Amino acid sequence: MNRRGALFSLGAMAAAAATPVRALEMKGYPTDMSMDPAFLPRPAIHGGSFQVLTADIDRRTVTAVFDRLIPADDLGASASEAGCVEFLDMQLAGPFGEGASLYRKGPKLPNEDELAQTPQFIETPRERYATGLAALEAFAQKTEGASFADLPEPRQDAILKGMEDGTVDLGPDVNTKAFFELMLINVREGYFSDPIYGGNKDMVGWKMIGFPGARYDYRLYADRTGEDLGLEPVSLIPRD
Amino acid sequence: MTTKRQKADVVIVGLGWSGALMAEELTRAGLNVVAIDRGAWTDTSTHTPPSVDPDELRWSQRKELLSPPRDNTATFRNTLDQTAIPTRNWGVFELGGGVGGAGFHWAGMGWRFSPWDFEVRKQTIERYGLAKAEDGELQLQDWGVTYDELEPFYDRWERIAGVSGRAGVIKGEKTGVGNPFEGSRSRDYPTPALKTLRAMELFNDATNRMGLNPFTIPTANLSEPYVNPLGVSMGACSYCGFCLYFGCGNFSKSSPQACIFPVLMRRPNFTVLTKSCVTRLTKANDGKTVTGAVYVDEQGNEVEQPADIVILTAFMMDNTRILLHSGISKPYDPRDQTGVVGRNFTFQTVSGTDMWFEDDNINPFIGAGALGSQIDDYNGDNFDHSDLDFIGGAGILTLSRDGLPIAKANALPPGTQRWGSEFKKSYAKYYRNYATIFNQGCSMPTKTGYMDLDPNFKDKFGVPLLRLTYDYAQSDRNMAKFTMDRSLEIAREMGASHVNGFNFADKPFTTAIVASDHVIGGVPMGADRPTSAVNPYLQSWDCHNLFVVGASAFPTNAGYNPTGTVGALAIRTARAIADTYVKNPGALVEG
Repeated sequence: MNRRGALFSLGAMAAAAATPVRALEMKGYPTDMSMDPAFLPRPAIHGGSFQVLTADIDRRTVTAVFDRLIPADDLGASASEAGCVEFLDMQLAGPFGEGASLYRKGPKLPNEDELAQTPQFIETPRERYATGLAALEAFAQKTEGASFADLPEPRQDAILKGMEDGTVDLGPDVNTKAFFELMLINVREGYFSDPIYGGNKDMVGWKMIGFPGARYDYRLYADRTGEDLGLEPVSLIPRD
Repeated sequence: MTTKRQKADVVIVGLGWSGALMAEELTRAGLNVVAIDRGAWTDTSTHTPPSVDPDELRWSQRKELLSPPRDNTATFRNTLDQTAIPTRNWGVFELGGGVGGAGFHWAGMGWRFSPWDFEVRKQTIERYGLAKAEDGELQLQDWGVTYDELEPFYDRWERIAGVSGRAGVIKGEKTGVGNPFEGSRSRDYPTPALKTLRAMELFNDATNRMGLNPFTIPTANLSEPYVNPLGVSMGACSYCGFCLYFGCGNFSKSSPQACIFPVLMRRPNFTVLTKSCVTRLTKANDGKTVTGAVYVDEQGNEVEQPADIVILTAFMMDNTRILLHSGISKPYDPRDQTGVVGRNFTFQTVSGTDMWFEDDNINPFIGAGALGSQIDDYNGDNFDHSDLDFIGGAGILTLSRDGLPIAKANALPPGTQRWGSEFKKSYAKYYRNYATIFNQGCSMPTKTGYMDLDPNFKDKFGVPLLRLTYDYAQSDRNMAKFTMDRSLEIAREMGASHVNGFNFADKPFTTAIVASDHVIGGVPMGADRPTSAVNPYLQSWDCHNLFVVGASAFPTNAGYNPTGTVGALAIRTARAIADTYVKNPGALVEG
């Protein structure tokens, strides 16, 4: 089965599974042993269109940023070649993008970031991308007179470096350093998560570092300490 | 309007390790038990089989097995004069999302505390004098139970969980292997220790050369197939490297699901109410007993479950918050150190060293959640503190837990660019050659480290969030620096080409950054009624039919993971209820 076919078939499996009826009050061991459909893998399904990064300029900016954070070189594909832009779009379209796990009740107190020692947000990641990407593009237009995506790579790197160390300020609507960190963690997630989520195409990220992926049993290897085991990675996507 | 269910003998609030252990004991004793859990039913074959489990993004990054901050968080501040802020994102509170609690996604460290940990105040005064124990900041108090009294219950918990390890001291005799500093055990572990992996080899060789005493950490990740005393079968750990934050598809990580539910759920006198969140307890008119627990069900209805005996086995934050919200016992007041509920919050004081090696193959992807090597030479009071400016210490350990590639991507030698081709090159080289030494330090209570109800922020039911006020004691800060220096020495002896010491206690405490997830205290146990909320059987001093069980009861915290001690205390309390309390309901201890 090819990668795309596998993604679709897993999605169909999730949709087809019956919802087991679980009474609120439970007596006796549950007899229904089928998978809880909510716990089946939720693969990225590429319908060919983007759900959140719908504007061409936003996709171009994300692609340019991601490909400087993880560029193509002799160690493997770039972030966008590995599917990280599609990965991000899927993540922003789902619970992560909605900030579903966050405690978002206001107000945001003025001492929050200082006491927490890390920035806190009431805004969702989806909102932070919308604001941050627009501000980054405006910054490039203002300081360079061109789109971020059209700048030469050394200029792109200089801006990203400035965002990382706090010397570039994208304006009052954006915590610039935190937006850089958000993009960095998301591109790494795309590059190193299971390919089922749309990134890490051909397990390029795992091959780069030697992570064998979704193997579930190393008992045959555990005694071979200190050896290069040369294990090929496997993914949650069925091989055929 | 609150509807009322039929009365039960016992209502248990929270079905994690504590609740499941107690429910097993009490249903076996013939009592009719209703457990209430805010989570959904979650189990191995239906929720985390091997086809679902090895997925870092979903379980470790997004933490989908945990209860999110949206539903369960707390506010925090360092000092009394600050306005507390809500913890909005993942941080030190790592509560379980489903039935089974954090016992389903935990790593599986199968520790006992040392004898010293139960008597920090007494033994510090005896060995070093009163001034060392009372430095003006610390608020030390003993547990009212000793290690020797708890030993049979540790043994029982280890048998139920099938803990893999190698005894260091049996019946007072050192075995010559294992941990020579541990409290005396009645017998060896039920299953042998797991294998020694590469990072552990390097650590063991180095610490042996330094004259220290390395041993394999006891794990609730089982080394071989095992049938526990309840008749439940477990499998052997496959070293899959997906453990902390994950379920276990092999039935080899001990959990309420893997060890207890198969028996408990079949008992006709046991009922679970899932997706039902207890918000408060109801009190009798005389104020001397409680009458039941009130919960909000999935549809938002408020329901009361009356019971003769009420047992709180929720996460420590919730045990504390339910008591405060129900107006049971006097809240702690940091200004004059009176009151008991919310008292003695402690954490863990963590430092350590990151290490990178050249041309080795650590192969971090082979691992088990709790697997590692440790030295206890600098833990507890195993070394002389006469000339040191602190008490206590840390378990200094290296882990062979996992090689999760998203989480490890920041583990690069200092000064390495975190992105671009330099990042790729460095990560390709060091992913398989990185290891860490983690100093799991004790945490001593202070007069101003406590919990109360937040005046500003509420949860989804409109109940005030818990407010945590805490910063590290100076004694703990000094300890963390001392143990960081020891870990740096070990790292150099291990032959690391790059070492980088870290110390979470050189900055103020924060709930937003995970140094450890072992938050402790709030309903301290003790033999001294004015300074404890529950007696040595975890029975409320004020309401004799209320028992508050879990890490909320620890008056001090040790340089070990808490679950084994939580389990032992829960079994001891359940036995006291079944053997003594039900025959003659009343205070088990005079106070």
